[in-house]
Amino acid sequence: MAIVVKRPKLTFGEKIYLSSIAKGMMITIGHFWRALFGKGTVTMQYPEEKWDENLPEYYRGAPALVTDEQDRERCVACQLCEFICPPRAITITPEEIPSDDQWAKVEKRPQKFEIDMARCIYCGFCQEVCPEQAIFLRKDYAITGVSRDEMVHDKKKLYEIGGVREGLVNKWNKLK
Amino acid sequence: MSDDKQQGVPMVNVQIDGEWHQFPKGTRMIEACRQVQVEVPHYCYHPKLSSPGNCRMCLVEMGMPPRLAPGEEPVKDKDGHQKIGWMPRPVIACANAVAENMGIRTDSELTKACREGVMEFLLVNHPLDCPICDQAGECSLQEYSAEHGKGDSRFRDEKNKKPKNVEIGPRIRLDDERCIMCSRCIRFCAETVDDPVLGFTDRGSHTVLAVHPNQQLANDYSMNTVDICPVGALTSNDFRFQMRTWFMKETSSICTSCGRGCNTTIGSREGTVFRQTPRDNNEVNSAWMCDHGRMNYHYLNSEARLTDPMIRKNGEEAHQVVPWSKAIRFAADELLKFNASEVAVIASGRMTNEELFMTRRLIAELSVEHVDIVLRRGKADDYLVAADKNPNTAGAKLVLGLKKPGGELAAIQKGIESGEIKALVVLQENLIDDTDFTTELLGKLDFLLTTYPLANPTADDSHVVLPGAAFAEKDGTMINVTGRLQRLNKAHQGPGQTMEVWEICRDLILAIDGGNGIYGVDDVFKEMAGQIKAFAGLTLSKVGDQGLPLLKTKLTVPMLEREKERIAKGEIVG
Repeated sequence: MAIVVKRPKLTFGEKIYLSSIAKGMMITIGHFWRALFGKGTVTMQYPEEKWDENLPEYYRGAPALVTDEQDRERCVACQLCEFICPPRAITITPEEIPSDDQWAKVEKRPQKFEIDMARCIYCGFCQEVCPEQAIFLRKDYAITGVSRDEMVHDKKKLYEIGGVREGLVNKWNKLK
Repeated sequence: MSDDKQQGVPMVNVQIDGEWHQFPKGTRMIEACRQVQVEVPHYCYHPKLSSPGNCRMCLVEMGMPPRLAPGEEPVKDKDGHQKIGWMPRPVIACANAVAENMGIRTDSELTKACREGVMEFLLVNHPLDCPICDQAGECSLQEYSAEHGKGDSRFRDEKNKKPKNVEIGPRIRLDDERCIMCSRCIRFCAETVDDPVLGFTDRGSHTVLAVHPNQQLANDYSMNTVDICPVGALTSNDFRFQMRTWFMKETSSICTSCGRGCNTTIGSREGTVFRQTPRDNNEVNSAWMCDHGRMNYHYLNSEARLTDPMIRKNGEEAHQVVPWSKAIRFAADELLKFNASEVAVIASGRMTNEELFMTRRLIAELSVEHVDIVLRRGKADDYLVAADKNPNTAGAKLVLGLKKPGGELAAIQKGIESGEIKALVVLQENLIDDTDFTTELLGKLDFLLTTYPLANPTADDSHVVLPGAAFAEKDGTMINVTGRLQRLNKAHQGPGQTMEVWEICRDLILAIDGGNGIYGVDDVFKEMAGQIKAFAGLTLSKVGDQGLPLLKTKLTVPMLEREKERIAKGEIVG
């Protein structure tokens, strides 16, 4: 069914549109004036100048793994992020922590943890679903590579981006 | 209970959640509820085990008509039911039987409060291990806590510490903190497999499950305890941390490690098999399977899998990978060079009936006289394992029309020795490792074709090597030692260019005479049903998940016989 859109009735002033031109010119001149005598330029000189300083707190960049205060990897390879990931970017191969390891009581860790950044859509579901607070979206946004393989972040790269996160849940230390 | 067992058993009227139903007298309350699709949550109750009633999860509100005074007539409503006097205290549904005019409430305030209370107690000391627990996703505690739990805990103290990650047997890992003391594993070991090595020690909230001193849970049925464990207290070393349960695709199939053909569920993901678990079938394996059969899937994921057809022309040293069309053409051309009496076929008791039937057609096409299979005899046990280690000897006998399976092998060897047999087709067998054929003997052949899932010495000696699919990668049927026709279902396509043997035979026949009208495995079964009397009137879908009795044998399954006795005594529900 066709919808009839009612066109607004224009007044005489609107019809000759000179007032609109004047309004637009005021804005342009205003910017020009402020650029000359005010704050200076508003454009950013990327890539000499980066976004990093100006990103909001809630910015969702590259997902990365984090370690805790004692340098223990938080991830226990529960594979919930692999399950929730809408573009199936995450692939985890779990393994058992050997009994002579300091953190043998945690029992499980990822042997391989790969995020295909060519697939990642930065939705943040992995961070939301993680029961161990092990994966976070950091502010890294310039993910580049010259081949598909380079776009896959392995465990080493993920911990490099992620770094240490302190002051989160620490259930493996406190209770066991 | 099935209908035939209800003959002669009086029926009683029972009201479940306000609706009246009829059940045979003696039915457990929990089973009565299950029959009318009312779920009663439970941990310790298992139909194949005795009912100690110790988890208290199945508490329901129950009522009976008031006791009559002497000489008083019962007051009945217009439907003939008496008024129910509800009892103030709940009863367990697993160990009590229904009675005439009984009322059961599974959704009342009292029942809900009971469940919530039991769940709260169970979770007091239960660790929050779910992210690393293999049971997560199929855990009764998770399910019931979502359905009947409170959501958060009022327990503010430190949780109990108990032994974790304990090896209680070669294949089983115990985590005592996760245990909810249902005692299913203890009862299974003691009652079903006569290996009472498990028990509880210590008291109260310090109770732990443990193996008796200097003992191990090492019997060949130990991994069934993992299946019946409602939580993640017992986990399998084999499956430990391999794959989360929710990723796996479940395919109903059968185990092919011996002639029993235990019904299984294959858990696989993206072409990799991760586990096999038993599937209930009261005519074959009850709810159990042996550890050997359960773990006999690793070769499917092996590096040594054959993935491409290969040929080696006379005079060449190494095999050469070729496309299927070329391999089949080459094989057909080679086979046609020989007279019918110069060719022999060795099929396998590990092949499905469909594969055997297409082999039969190939044999007819080439008019081959020397046909046999390789026999595998082993030890039977007093539970499920059969002495016949081929899953489908009966099928091979029936479909190939073998009078005495294994009896022709010696003649074939002799024929090769004397030069009468010049070409040999070996389907799904590794003659050098599994029989007394030798490389020297096979070297005398002018042409040798083998199909097998794995690289093997016989394939090394062959002129044509074809990758044949293994059990999880094919559709078809097999006949077990007790004569039951059962279905295999394809969990996934085999690695690389693998084909099922019936497809290979179909293509060979096609290459030899140019047509056969077979497209899918259903067509094979249809044609087989038309030609072999025993299959008459059947289709692949009629075989179904539980199989059909096809051949009459006098064999019984020791484990099932004992379970039948226990059902008759009323010890278990069955």
